[in-house]
Amino acid sequence: MANVFAYVETRGADVRKVGLEAVTAARALADKFGSEVHALLLGPTGIAAKANQIAQYGADVIIVVEHAALANYNPEVAAATAAGRIKSGGYRAAIFSTSAQGRDLAPRVAARLGASIVTDALSLEVDGDSIIVRHPMNIGKVIATIAIDGTPAIVAMRPNVVAPARNAKAGRVENAQPAVDPASTRVKVIETKQGGGGKLDLAEAPVVIAGGRGLKSAENFKLVEDLASAFGNAAVGATRAVTDDGWRPHSDQIGQTGRLVSPELYIAVGISGAVQHLAGMRTSKTIVAVNKDKDAPIFKVADYGIVGDVFEVIPALTEAVREAKKHH
Amino acid sequence: MKIAVCVKRVPDMDVRFRIAADNTSVDEAGLKFDINDFDAWAVEAALQLRDKNPGSEVVVISLGPDVVQETIRKTLSMGVDRGVQLKADKVPIDGLPIARALSDEIKAGGYDLIFFGKMSPDSSNGVVGPMVAEILGLPCVTAISWLEIADGKGKAKRELEGAQEFVEFPLPAVLTVDEGLNTARLPSLKGIMAAKKKPLEVKPAQLQPSQLTVRKLELPAERKAGRVVGEGAAAVPELVKLLQVEAKVL
Repeated sequence: MANVFAYVETRGADVRKVGLEAVTAARALADKFGSEVHALLLGPTGIAAKANQIAQYGADVIIVVEHAALANYNPEVAAATAAGRIKSGGYRAAIFSTSAQGRDLAPRVAARLGASIVTDALSLEVDGDSIIVRHPMNIGKVIATIAIDGTPAIVAMRPNVVAPARNAKAGRVENAQPAVDPASTRVKVIETKQGGGGKLDLAEAPVVIAGGRGLKSAENFKLVEDLASAFGNAAVGATRAVTDDGWRPHSDQIGQTGRLVSPELYIAVGISGAVQHLAGMRTSKTIVAVNKDKDAPIFKVADYGIVGDVFEVIPALTEAVREAKKHH
Repeated sequence: MKIAVCVKRVPDMDVRFRIAADNTSVDEAGLKFDINDFDAWAVEAALQLRDKNPGSEVVVISLGPDVVQETIRKTLSMGVDRGVQLKADKVPIDGLPIARALSDEIKAGGYDLIFFGKMSPDSSNGVVGPMVAEILGLPCVTAISWLEIADGKGKAKRELEGAQEFVEFPLPAVLTVDEGLNTARLPSLKGIMAAKKKPLEVKPAQLQPSQLTVRKLELPAERKAGRVVGEGAAAVPELVKLLQVEAKVL
């Protein structure tokens, strides 16, 4: 049986949206094989309570690995545990996410299994004996269709391309131990500082508000943050010019060398639209641009543009969004 | 300290790419190539460590056809001590055979640190660094934006979604470099002259067959031309209406 494995990303005792996306993608693939989805849920004590949620999204089996020391992502524990299970389970494919955690984890697992991997996958299909994925190359300017012929095929999906879909299965729970003792791992986390784009991940947020040089100073990013909080489901990003100037941390940078995002709605505030920035956001579903220069290249990709001073337009937009949200 | 840096030659991305007649590769005619930015920052990190630790050596390794010698020479002109080309007709799309071939070369070198860029923009997979670490059984920190090495131990910062993580690790280790770690130095005229005399060894890459096949390359659909809703704050009500009614995102 060609069962499919899914890695469910967690943060603290919560399942992340990308985790549900991986289960949803694995479910769709398993349905093509007429097989089962086995999901690995690895996290701190108490994570077992989330098993039912995973079953709701289509997992036939949930392998629960609880350990008090797993509140933070531990690459060595996660890689050894996932690789061990994928090997013993004889899976046809293993689905991960192309989040910061998934980018670190999925290639480690692939190397341990001697398996080939495609990250940042835009789609997942089957053709005969091959698993077929679409994968952006050359900063998204070229889209490759790639056949993965080895088994297991390791695929890390791009966040936000698969919408988590309910498809309840029995979700038998199997309890397991971490494959290595978390206390024995060589790389130790000594400190974690919260910060950057706020609580919502840039790659996962349904709405992204990004600011550029047009904001003129780090302090004026408050305008962007206010608009994000009016939406309530928005993360804040920035251009490379802004992160290079230290107005925002590098982790907020959207573009060729930074984060790739494809939210439902992307609002570019005072961003001219350099090619290196467009590389990081052009797959957003709806793009809005506010810029005082009517010839700025951002207007070529924006579905809706307002030519005007961001210091006038953005506070007005923030107010209007607050009003609109009130009536929902 | 002995430090290896693995680098890749990549095309300049600021162009409109064309698909070659075989439909499975990019037409390279007219493209300009240079070292991957992330790899240049990795080279810079290695050079800074060497300069702080007298007696250290930095070796650059690049897998590919003879044109990668140009990329290796550039790093030699930045100050790298010697280069190794793992000669292959082309660089496969599959990171696994690349990681295995690089691991074979690195294993014998007795390196304290092995640097990679966190990804390359052409194949955009970002897997080779952590794969090499796993194959060699070495500790690995990916996407670092700060680094300190002292007393046989390292400390690094990696930026996660919404958080910064500081980690400590023993040497030898594999590190992949993100933006923000440093600014890469430019080759000096003296460096360019000196690079001509530095050793560049060519060895055949032991490449196993790729399990990934590119069936097709396409250019993405162009976004349909946008429209300007209006000017200034007066256009906000119309924009909000469009976001609600047409785009259905508000």
